[in-house]
Amino acid sequence: MATTTTKTPVTFTLNGAEAATFVDPGANLLEVLRRNLGDLSPKYGCGQGTCGTCTVMINGQPRLSCLTLAETVEGSHVETTAGLAHGPDLHALQQAFIDGFAAQCGFCTPGMLMSAKALLDRNPNPTREEVVDAISGNLCRCTGYEPIVEAILTAARAPRRSAGRSV
Amino acid sequence: MLEVVTVPTLTEAAAAMGPGARFLGGGTLIMRAVNYSDQSMTRIVRTTEQMNEIRAEGARVRIGAGATMSEILAARETDFLATAARAVGGPQVRNQATVGGNLLAPHPYGDLTVALLVLDGVVHLANGQDMGLGQFLAARENAGLVAAVSIVRPMGDAFRFRKVSRVKPKGVSVLSMAAHLSRSAGRLSGVRIAYGAMAATPVRVPAVEQALEGADLTPQGIAPALAAATDGLAPPDDALASSWYRREVAPVHLRRLLLGE
Repeated sequence: MATTTTKTPVTFTLNGAEAATFVDPGANLLEVLRRNLGDLSPKYGCGQGTCGTCTVMINGQPRLSCLTLAETVEGSHVETTAGLAHGPDLHALQQAFIDGFAAQCGFCTPGMLMSAKALLDRNPNPTREEVVDAISGNLCRCTGYEPIVEAILTAARAPRRSAGRSV
Repeated sequence: MLEVVTVPTLTEAAAAMGPGARFLGGGTLIMRAVNYSDQSMTRIVRTTEQMNEIRAEGARVRIGAGATMSEILAARETDFLATAARAVGGPQVRNQATVGGNLLAPHPYGDLTVALLVLDGVVHLANGQDMGLGQFLAARENAGLVAAVSIVRPMGDAFRFRKVSRVKPKGVSVLSMAAHLSRSAGRLSGVRIAYGAMAATPVRVPAVEQALEGADLTPQGIAPALAAATDGLAPPDDALASSWYRREVAPVHLRRLLLGE
């Protein structure tokens, strides 16, 4: 039986690079990404699975990092918004969000981007309804959602070179 | 101080439970409690055993307690549960929330369990014991760890499910309802009806089931059942709806459920 009241080693892939750290008992993945690994792109919003701004992809699926016990991602592939751009080259979703004013205060944006990326990776040509469903776990209090839905549809129509790129 | 106990099997996890211990499935309930500094929890117990298998067993389907809502949606064996599994959370929550956790989700959560209740749900516990789902729910705080749930595969359009929420597509239940409308010689017989968010746990509604025995699925035929829609129930008050409101709207949604409106 592995009982831990001290720190537990966890190793996983973060945006294509190996990440290894020691986590406190009960620490969630979001804390570990932000505090241990310095990836500040996912945000802490509600802490209870309502807002979606902590959304990251784990093994290709959108998940809530604040509700994920950090040590359960051992050996997994984790993707965050920080891994979307290639140097100065923005991901098609990021560019479409900028061009379409799909972010106002920006707090929901990292979660929206990861939910959208998970959708486009699985379904490169989604319908409007599929886009709305894919971001239904992400709250935005600024935009009224329309610019976000439009931006995701625009990114889906962008040349595949960037839209379909993983990491 | 919180401790985390990780073991290879569910049997060992059951042995590691005790006062202050909570079993971690998908994390949507337990990690929320951690994030909100729930001091009643001193130990998280988890297993690395795969418990997400979904398989047909004759006329029944067995769903591992670790199967997520997304896995239920993806499995052919559970295609009939799609509306109920989709009623749970948003995409991220459905990728995490498990069947086992849904059985233990406090009011007003647990929409999938409402569906399992009318599908003759049987809970298979880690200790090898089997228990009817209704009996399990009545004693769920101390019933033990769940290994799997088995349900009957409904015939034709006998199974119905409806969730009522104020926000779409993702919102918490004002109430949820499920029905299994079995028939004998053209008339309803052995019907099962269950509600969610209308009591402390999802419950069967015997008063409605009895009123539907031998009835026709017509406005006249179901009138006695609608009159008995909330008999024996004391719906909870919460931020989404008052007990009074739930009582008032239950017959309306029961009619829509039964008549397919």
